[in-house]
Amino acid sequence: MSSRFTSKAITALAVTAGLTVGLTACGSGGSSSAGSGSGSGGSGSITVGLITKTETNPYFVTMKKGAQAEAAKDGVKLLTAAGAYDGDNSGQVTAVQNMIAAGVKGILITPSDPKAIAPTLDRARQQGVVVIALDTPPDPQNSADALFATNNTTAGKLIGQFAKAKTAGKPVKIAMLDLAPGVDVGVQRHDGFLAGFGIAEGDPSIVCAADTGGDQAKGQTAMENCLQKAPDISLVYSINEPAAMGAYQALKAAGKDKSVTIVTIDGSCTGVSALAQGEFVADSMQYPLKMASLGVDAVMTFAKTGKKPSGYTDTGVNLIAPTPIAGIDSKDTAFGQSNCWGS
Amino acid sequence: MTAQTTKSSDMPAESGGAAAGQAGQTVQSVEPVLEARGLVKRYGHVTALDGCDLELLPGEILAVIGDNGAGKSSLIKALSGALTPDSGELLLDGKAVRFHGPADARRAGIETVYQDLAVAPALDIASNLFLGREKRRKGVLGTVFRMLDRDRMQSEAAGHMAELKIGIRSMKQAVETLSGGQRQGVAVARSAAFARHVVIMDEPTAALGVKETGMVLDLIRQVRERGLPVVLISHDMPAVFDVADRVHVQRLGRRVAVVRPGEIEMSDAVAIMTGAAPGNLAAG
Amino acid sequence: MSSVTTPTAERAAPAAPPADAAGSRLGALLRVPTLGPLGALLLACLYFSFASDRFLTGGNLSLILQQVMVVGTLAVGQSAIILTAGIDLSNGAVMAFGSIVMTKLAVAGGLPAWLAIAAGIGVCALFGAVNGSLVTLVKLPPFIVTLGTLNIAMALTHITSKEQTVTGLPTVLTKLGDTFPLGQTRVTYGSVLMLVLFAVAWYVLRHTAAGRHLYAVGDNPDAVRLAGVDVRRQLITVYTIAGALYGIAALLLVARTGVGDPQAGQTENLDSITAVVLGGISLFGGRGSIVGALYGALLVGVIRNGLQLTGVDSVYQILITGILVIAAVAVDQFARRRRK
Repeated sequence: MSSRFTSKAITALAVTAGLTVGLTACGSGGSSSAGSGSGSGGSGSITVGLITKTETNPYFVTMKKGAQAEAAKDGVKLLTAAGAYDGDNSGQVTAVQNMIAAGVKGILITPSDPKAIAPTLDRARQQGVVVIALDTPPDPQNSADALFATNNTTAGKLIGQFAKAKTAGKPVKIAMLDLAPGVDVGVQRHDGFLAGFGIAEGDPSIVCAADTGGDQAKGQTAMENCLQKAPDISLVYSINEPAAMGAYQALKAAGKDKSVTIVTIDGSCTGVSALAQGEFVADSMQYPLKMASLGVDAVMTFAKTGKKPSGYTDTGVNLIAPTPIAGIDSKDTAFGQSNCWGS
Repeated sequence: MTAQTTKSSDMPAESGGAAAGQAGQTVQSVEPVLEARGLVKRYGHVTALDGCDLELLPGEILAVIGDNGAGKSSLIKALSGALTPDSGELLLDGKAVRFHGPADARRAGIETVYQDLAVAPALDIASNLFLGREKRRKGVLGTVFRMLDRDRMQSEAAGHMAELKIGIRSMKQAVETLSGGQRQGVAVARSAAFARHVVIMDEPTAALGVKETGMVLDLIRQVRERGLPVVLISHDMPAVFDVADRVHVQRLGRRVAVVRPGEIEMSDAVAIMTGAAPGNLAAG
Repeated sequence: MSSVTTPTAERAAPAAPPADAAGSRLGALLRVPTLGPLGALLLACLYFSFASDRFLTGGNLSLILQQVMVVGTLAVGQSAIILTAGIDLSNGAVMAFGSIVMTKLAVAGGLPAWLAIAAGIGVCALFGAVNGSLVTLVKLPPFIVTLGTLNIAMALTHITSKEQTVTGLPTVLTKLGDTFPLGQTRVTYGSVLMLVLFAVAWYVLRHTAAGRHLYAVGDNPDAVRLAGVDVRRQLITVYTIAGALYGIAALLLVARTGVGDPQAGQTENLDSITAVVLGGISLFGGRGSIVGALYGALLVGVIRNGLQLTGVDSVYQILITGILVIAAVAVDQFARRRRK
């Protein structure tokens, strides 16, 4: 036999042997089946996992920082992961599995694809891990033990009411910059806005609706296309601040930044300064840091006492408006700047 | 893989239909192994072959020389089946043949060594030798599982190389590790191994140094020793005059002369090739 | 038959550089193309087994195998195509389309699950045939062709799924995601299937004439054509079989995630190419062993899993993968030059 064949045979045998040994003989330590925690009292350190949609969206970066801060305060270990892109279900599935293998007591997750992640979350809960959804519920919602999120309908309603009061009496042409078809967060904010504004879906004053994926560049493109379609747009609803900032760029390029009103949701510090500079008129502020810290605390409670969190916890929303309007409850820019999230 | 055993160097042969050359002629006529009559090939307005003839006698090395555009490569493509002429006929051992592709020519026992060798450099020598003609193991392994019999191919390859006295030890070497002359040896060994009637070589010494050219010419003689006649295109005049038994001069799409290296100066042959001197064949 | 060696004195062509006895075994070992990737894989496993006591457990290793099975299966097809000096950018999108086809047909179309699976695989094979035909008959570069079919497949995925994830799958579709016991751990059926596919592909490439022609066509297609092989038919066959493999990957994806996800498959094309390159297969075609792609895929999976277990930020996984890819290509180039 040639030496090349024997060397190949040797490597093949070595790999097979290694795999078999690894799979069979080492099955004792901490396998992923039935990983019910041994963490009663404070015997081992508690590990919590946080899985966000992406690593890059500042919203999730803030959430991660908040979780890290709370974990340091509570003395728990935090593992983090994210998908490769908004909508990457497969990456989040892998992260859930790896974290369970790492021995987490609980997983905090902002689902990229609420429907797709549900079976994986069910399986995780079956293995004794507590699952808390942050910001976005999975579909069905009971695939997670609990949800800590903004009441997105309220967030939309607040800016809808403000926009209505701001444009009172004048006929409006509205552009709706949405998230993506079928995603709960986007649908709730959209419907909330319409309810706050007092119109129904399909109202003739809505002249354009486009999806932005919550992304600044796509928001700009969507706004440009809407302006082409209806140059006399006077009011813009935006699903979040990045999309709103993109829309502002488009309006500025068209010379319409002073004449068109933008309302949006998020409450990041970047967004609040844009608000202060007059790019938008109203912003519903969310509290991702609160979502993250509540989540970490809940897992710690579960690890220490076995009590699982449940149901939906509203992490709160506040309307920030530099120029308030009589009759609409809002907070001023100073409040916004001291409570905003992000750097 | 039998081959004819006559040696051209002893036989002052003339082909049956050709007109007499300047050299002394004999009355003997031997049937050519490969014969082309009146091949015509046009590409639009360009006539590559204009009624071209060729005879290849048993056991000889016939060199085909000609300037650029004389139609050498078209002639060789017609002989190797890569090109179907518009008119004219090809005879192999006296029988008319038509080739619709290189595979037909190979089936008829004509093997070609192409100018760029047509070897796969990353594959080993044995694989290249048996490319397209791989041998499988006997029995179920070969028929159902299509398993290759690599040991057999390697030992047979070694045998073929040894017959041509090419000194490469391991058939498992990748062809790219060989020198230019050795690669040429692999390509030549491949054709010699499978050819039954004719071996055609296209510019075998192009891009080779002096020493390796000598090696390849030795190889070509070895092929002839094994009883296979060789048609050789080359513009390397010294090589041609070193190894060829007869030289076919091509000009403007037809054969204008057939000369013997011993009876003519290289410069005269070149003159016929470029048209400075007339050929030794009647037109028509 | 004459013996292998001994040229006669006068007529010998100079012998090839003699492989000396001592260096020949080492030399042969070094030339095993998968030594690099296997070494890197073992090193990574060694490192992580020290860095985390949870790494070298049966359950965790089985998990890695399962996480790699989709990209691994894609890499089988990608390896074959890259060996022919082609490339396939469309495999992730085609896989996603296949997964939507099979899940929609099974759930909404009411087809029996086996038929839905066959339809999904068939659709992927069809894409492969289209790729192969455009490359060979219309003679377009594979990069361009598969870039086009990538977009077509992605659009078809969005159109047929209407952006909705398909849930409520019949259990047959997710069967390959189930596990069976092996010693003390559980192994996923799907990961075994991936290993079987690699084994079959390895056999065909190493021990059959078709496999040898595949290597040759990536090395010098003219040589193969002149050797009498129908190169066009061969390439179309390779692309079509690769397409069918993408269909199998689709089934594995469905089995693993439990849903038909129209957003899937966006990065898998590059992931499969990464696995192939890390495995020592040359992007120029004609060289490399398909087992290398398995090692490459495992290497990426080990690093991702290991970094997660040790709590390192996942961004470093991407950084390390990038460095490894460059190192792999550099080693390949170095080895090529040494060969000449």
